[in-house]
Amino acid sequence: MNSDPAITPELIAKHGITPDEYERILSILGRTPNFTELGIFSVMWSEHCSYKNSKPELRKFPTTGPGVLVKAGEENAGVIDIGDGWAIAFKMESHNHPSAIEPFQGAATGVGGIIRDIFTMGARPVFSLNSLRFGPISGNGSRQEAILHNRRLFSGVVAGIAHYGNCIGIPTIGGEIYFDESYEGNPLVNVFCLGVLRHEEIARGGAVGVGNPVFYVGAETGRDGLAGAAFASRDLTEESKQDRPAVQVGDPFREKLLLEACLELLASGAVAGIQDMGAAGLTCSTCETASRAGTGVEIDLEKVPKREPGMTPYEIMLSESQERMLIIVTKGKEQPVRDIFEKWDLPYAEVGVVNDDGMMRVRVGPQIVAEIPAQKLADDAPIYSREATPRPAPQALGPLPETDPLEALPTLLAHPTIASKNWVYRQYDHMVRAGTCVLPGSDAAVFLVREANKILAATSDCNAIYCSLDPREGARVAVAEAARNLACSGARPLAVTDNLNFGNPYKPENFWQLRECVEGLAEACREFNTPVTGGNVSLYNQNPAGAIDPTPTVGMVGIIDHPNHITTQAFKKAGDAILLLGDIGHELGGSHYAKVIHGRKAGIPPRLDFAKEKALHETLRSLIRMGFVRSAHDCSEGGVAVALTECCISSDEPLGAEIDLSAFESVPADVLLFNESQSRVIITVRRENAAAALALAQWRGIPARRIGFVGGQQLRIKSGSREWPWLLKDLREKWWNSIRGWMEET
Amino acid sequence: MKAAVIRFPGSNCDQDCYHVLKNDFGLETEYVWHKEASVEQFDLILLPGGFSYGDYLRCGAIARFSPVMRSVTAETARGKLIIGICNGFQILCEARLLPGALIRNNSLHFVCEFIEARLENMETAFTHSEVTKSDGTLLTARTGLLLRLPVAHGEGNYRADPDTLRELNRNNQIVLRYSDSRGALTGDANPNGSTENIAGITNRAGNVFGLMPHPERACDPLLGSEDGKLIFQSAIESVMKKGRSSGPIGKRN
Repeated sequence: MNSDPAITPELIAKHGITPDEYERILSILGRTPNFTELGIFSVMWSEHCSYKNSKPELRKFPTTGPGVLVKAGEENAGVIDIGDGWAIAFKMESHNHPSAIEPFQGAATGVGGIIRDIFTMGARPVFSLNSLRFGPISGNGSRQEAILHNRRLFSGVVAGIAHYGNCIGIPTIGGEIYFDESYEGNPLVNVFCLGVLRHEEIARGGAVGVGNPVFYVGAETGRDGLAGAAFASRDLTEESKQDRPAVQVGDPFREKLLLEACLELLASGAVAGIQDMGAAGLTCSTCETASRAGTGVEIDLEKVPKREPGMTPYEIMLSESQERMLIIVTKGKEQPVRDIFEKWDLPYAEVGVVNDDGMMRVRVGPQIVAEIPAQKLADDAPIYSREATPRPAPQALGPLPETDPLEALPTLLAHPTIASKNWVYRQYDHMVRAGTCVLPGSDAAVFLVREANKILAATSDCNAIYCSLDPREGARVAVAEAARNLACSGARPLAVTDNLNFGNPYKPENFWQLRECVEGLAEACREFNTPVTGGNVSLYNQNPAGAIDPTPTVGMVGIIDHPNHITTQAFKKAGDAILLLGDIGHELGGSHYAKVIHGRKAGIPPRLDFAKEKALHETLRSLIRMGFVRSAHDCSEGGVAVALTECCISSDEPLGAEIDLSAFESVPADVLLFNESQSRVIITVRRENAAAALALAQWRGIPARRIGFVGGQQLRIKSGSREWPWLLKDLREKWWNSIRGWMEET
Repeated sequence: MKAAVIRFPGSNCDQDCYHVLKNDFGLETEYVWHKEASVEQFDLILLPGGFSYGDYLRCGAIARFSPVMRSVTAETARGKLIIGICNGFQILCEARLLPGALIRNNSLHFVCEFIEARLENMETAFTHSEVTKSDGTLLTARTGLLLRLPVAHGEGNYRADPDTLRELNRNNQIVLRYSDSRGALTGDANPNGSTENIAGITNRAGNVFGLMPHPERACDPLLGSEDGKLIFQSAIESVMKKGRSSGPIGKRN
């Protein structure tokens, strides 16, 4: 057994363990760790597993509320009450680093991992979303090679998500995709999954009951994904490609069987505790279950099902092979486990036992190969408060050269960030489970959860340009936009999961961005009464050019009280009145117009006024409840002009609009059409309801005005003597086919 | 009457089909695990969509060897009604209960979207009825009727040799074809490159129906279409009619 390398300072450094951390390990163990133990500490104390650099920040999030059944951090995912004895478990997680070097498997196993987190809670996963960010895929010229690489990453990630999600039969019903230089070489793949369960079905991940047997179920352990958590906690560099063995390989078919078998087993009442093997695999699941229950766990690696002979304890403990679970079985109820896993043709083995000495003890037959106090390993990672250096405050954008809106609008619509994502979502099965009420492409995804007879809405949002210019304000806007998207769909927000994607935290500017964003998110979540139920932190998102734009992705879930309240963005009927709720706005700083048309990612991003924003949502929901609203769409990237276009062209039967903004005759065209001020929504109502709707909004203190009506084959915006007409079919062609055009370019 | 939804390892539309039969149509419905030896006690047998055996080897190629398939074949010979949706259609082709094969979409991409399926034969056991939609309007089977149904597959490109195609056409076995919103069988309306825009066929005897679109996802106005009801309603009426004319189904021959 002892061909293990000697523990040298070089080996310690190679495991990403600092001299201080090593001292801490020595004092925990009271002796020198062996090679296996060193590996175990390195993955458990990686940022990915321990949140050692972000924990003090994460404590700032509001995590409680009347509907919170399982709080953030307590278990694998938070659980929220949705009424009538039903609850939802949901979470978002990143797979950025694996996707950067192996996009297909990296993204696929990201989906697999988040799904396991959900059914580990005892919930049946019902839908997924994803938030994806890549370098530019459009254009060519001198940057051709980089662009082709970005396209490969994009198509690989989409294919990987489709492969896993479609096969396992969980619909991918929405999300967001951005393209920006800052993600070149370091794409972001944030995947969200939501599951449904009865309150009494909540499963826990504790190794409770001394003497209870510990079962390993699911796929055999192989050499794939070795120390992936540690890999994910380093900067990506040119040499990262050599880390390809740290990327796992997914098998959605196996996971489908595992999902069904685990839910069947949980229903049988034989399970005392359950934990998936995700990051840090067997290591994490044994020490975390023991730590949660205040017990110890002893396992024998000889009994672990393996894919190949000759694996060392180090490899077995650090493998991140997919589709595996650890189950603590109530003693005497081992038979149902065997029956169910045999029925589903899945490997299983009794590998150990819960004990009372607080140790995570790993044996190979009679020989002990690792022995570490479980609680110290799982929860006593060093916590760092990093140095934070503020970046200079953003400067005003200043005047932009004049452009012709007639050309600017189609150019914006064809930008892949704004263009239709149909090339992507056509590849996802977004209708399996027969609950998709709103197809992808509207403000939020809407899903009927049949088992519970509840209609849920979900969205993911983050404008990272705003966050790069002003992290705090950008984070506040991300939460507000998510809540606004839910309001536009007819939903009341319930709770939030977040995925914090940042650069290397050892760089004070990066750490400052993280802190600012967390505080902005926390403040906004308090304002909207949406507790954070969990999430994920992904640091070290760097490429040779520097850190990514700070990207605190917000996943928000809401509930729709009645099917009649489901609202979508597309115009419904010619003759309907178009109303703008909110001011016309004026802020061009950080806008997509400035970026796409003028090549400037600069300026002061839009400011958020919580009182105004909340009043807008309440007003919109009450208009929807009264049955006035035929369509609703928020104004975001590209401003009023892009929002109006999307209302016109996002259904199969485009409908034009005649818009009159003569009241703003003195506002420059680019400001008028493309500013991204917050707290604005475009709705349509029947002509005869327009006056009542306006009166109601104004009575609630929301600026509201009638700006036009639906109809015709063009979008025509008039403002005083100025007039801009666009043919719908031209706009739709640009918007609908842009991404396909770039991706299928030969 | 009793309906069976067969569950293969990797089936993922089983719950959707079960829900529609049981709750929308009020049928006594059971899941049948693929290791079961018999489906003899059922009057309507449904092979749902999904990725049986992870689509390893070839879609449906392993599932056809599941123990239950021997009984499905026997019940087919006895005239029971069998519906295979998506992966179920692929399994029926692999099991030779339907002619032809389904290969990779010509785009090489998985495709999920609503399509229009034109009804080609309004006299089959699966496509002859009338249903009332939630808004009170009637949906009545007639040749040329367009059904709005979702598809979601990577391998729905139907192929058969010229003799088989001639046979299928001559015997009116082609039940559904992809069409545009005006009923024209265009290339653009064909989501997968299927020969002659074929979306669904029956066997020669007319008791086995395979289709790529998912009628079970189109039985609720909230989901954007109720047109799928026509297919289930027709199948149920066919079983009932048979039951009346020749005693309990499954006791014949």
